[in-house]
Amino acid sequence: MLDAAQTTDVQAETLLEVNNIEVIYNHVILVLKGVSLTVPKGGITALLGGNGAGKTTTLKAVSNLLHSERGEVTKGSIKYRGESVHESDPAVLVEKGVIQVMEGRHCFEHLTVEENLLTGAYTRKDGNAAIQKDLELVYNYFPRLKERRRSQAGYTSGGEQQMVAMGRALMSRPETILLDEPSMGLAPQLVEEIFGIVKDLNEKEGVSFLLAEQNTNVALRFAHYGYILESGRVVMDGPAAELRENPDVKEFYLGMSDEGRKSFRDVRSYRRRKRWL
Amino acid sequence: MPEQLIFAMEVILNGLMAGVLYALVALGFVLIYKASGIFNYAQGVMALFAAMTLVGIMNGQVPFAHVINATFGTHVYNFGWTVPALLAIILTMAVMVLLAWAVQRFVMRHLVGQEPIILFMATIGLAYFLEGVADLMWGSEIKTLNVGLPQGINLWIDETTFNFFDYGFFIDNLDIVATVIAALLVAALVAFSQYTKQGRAMRAVADDHQAALSVGISLNFIWIMVWSVAGFVALVAGIMWGTKSGVQFSLSLIALKALPVLMLGGFTSIPGAIVGGLIIGVGEKLFEFAIGPMVGGATENWFAYVLALIFLVFRPQGLFGEKIIERV
Repeated sequence: MLDAAQTTDVQAETLLEVNNIEVIYNHVILVLKGVSLTVPKGGITALLGGNGAGKTTTLKAVSNLLHSERGEVTKGSIKYRGESVHESDPAVLVEKGVIQVMEGRHCFEHLTVEENLLTGAYTRKDGNAAIQKDLELVYNYFPRLKERRRSQAGYTSGGEQQMVAMGRALMSRPETILLDEPSMGLAPQLVEEIFGIVKDLNEKEGVSFLLAEQNTNVALRFAHYGYILESGRVVMDGPAAELRENPDVKEFYLGMSDEGRKSFRDVRSYRRRKRWL
Repeated sequence: MPEQLIFAMEVILNGLMAGVLYALVALGFVLIYKASGIFNYAQGVMALFAAMTLVGIMNGQVPFAHVINATFGTHVYNFGWTVPALLAIILTMAVMVLLAWAVQRFVMRHLVGQEPIILFMATIGLAYFLEGVADLMWGSEIKTLNVGLPQGINLWIDETTFNFFDYGFFIDNLDIVATVIAALLVAALVAFSQYTKQGRAMRAVADDHQAALSVGISLNFIWIMVWSVAGFVALVAGIMWGTKSGVQFSLSLIALKALPVLMLGGFTSIPGAIVGGLIIGVGEKLFEFAIGPMVGGATENWFAYVLALIFLVFRPQGLFGEKIIERV
């Protein structure tokens, strides 16, 4: 099994280190209350949790996209390869090799698929030939995009748009991709396909992932390590294989318990008595 | 050939030329709207400001002369030199880039992510501020602008048409120059936005600010670039209008004529601005010629707006506007 083999070499070099950060929106709304996590080189790290747990905010804090949404990191530190990145521009991070694929795809609707991909290479300075080569690489991973390269991205399907967003990120030659809810609004079969590609990219291209996902089941199957967020705090973390077997995770996030599946009503009442913190 | 038809042809030609000038102003609106979703009310004033700065530099006027003299009790109005037109145009362009930077640095940067209506209000404020600055800097009297563009009746057209129809068309040389320049400008702008990296980034920013940020495009840089290009377009429009009718404050009112042009052509289309301008130009001249006498004339004041209103009802995105992509 994949994760059993991978958990042993998680001790690899640490790329991203988030240390006890607090994020406040609009100067008043406290969203993250001390989140710490590390992303090792070559791993797929999953960030799990329900709506409003703070997954997206954590990713945006790392990629520095918070500023344009009136959010700011007020405490803690974010380091990439040992360097503090928390006050820098998103462009600086992209140049360092960290790029975010945002939740809900965010393609450039009126640009063609190929133009979308090319915008991903905006910060690159290694010449047109190298960019064209990577374009072929992206088309290799997403053959469907090649067929649709001349269509406006706004007219492609949800799955294709997710591929455009991921391909666009790949065009920046990233070391780490912050992938936010890739499964959102996609059919289960497509979700498998997308995660399969994530795994391929991880194994063949050596891209590390920090993956925020509500679909705990799928995420824990593909990830090596997982963090579970609840109300802006990390409440549990561990190798993906262990998390999958943890009875609480089973109960709260996989919808299973020792007595088998419970009805939604029971789960809710049970949840009120037993919470993470 | 009936006389009326020949007159109508001349009217159409003149309408086309006038339309080009409308289109030049509309172009500046389209650029900024495309890249930032801001309807820049100040575009017309930017054209005025550019024209005044150009005249001021050419005549060697001391900027803010009145303020300086009032403060220090001096009497300086002129440096005592004149600057050649081409150099003055380059210097004015530098001023417009500086203005673009200042707008971005002091106004727009603080309003990132705000509602479009707030940004729109900010540009209204900017328009009046800029008008005030222009007044303080260069004074409010009407000035003539002459950068060496040919003016007056085009004799060749006059002669040729006279030989054909026994009636010589009156076409102003300046209008012909304006048409050629506008065509070049549009070709250059389209090529820039379609085929260059920065042009692509500009369109990307127009579509989705957040996503543009996420791939490492600097919004600041793109916006300064766009405002500079819009400043350049304003300068060209300012030169044309200024040469035609003198540099005066009513110049900023032509911006209002650009509004129906935009409704017709679509706010997001560069070719649309041109076609819209031409339609309005020809339409209002022809309407004035054919219907005007029956309703007592002065139809040019309202024709464009009524036409725009009709368009708004039947095709709100304009002739060439981007379809509003709505996936369900």
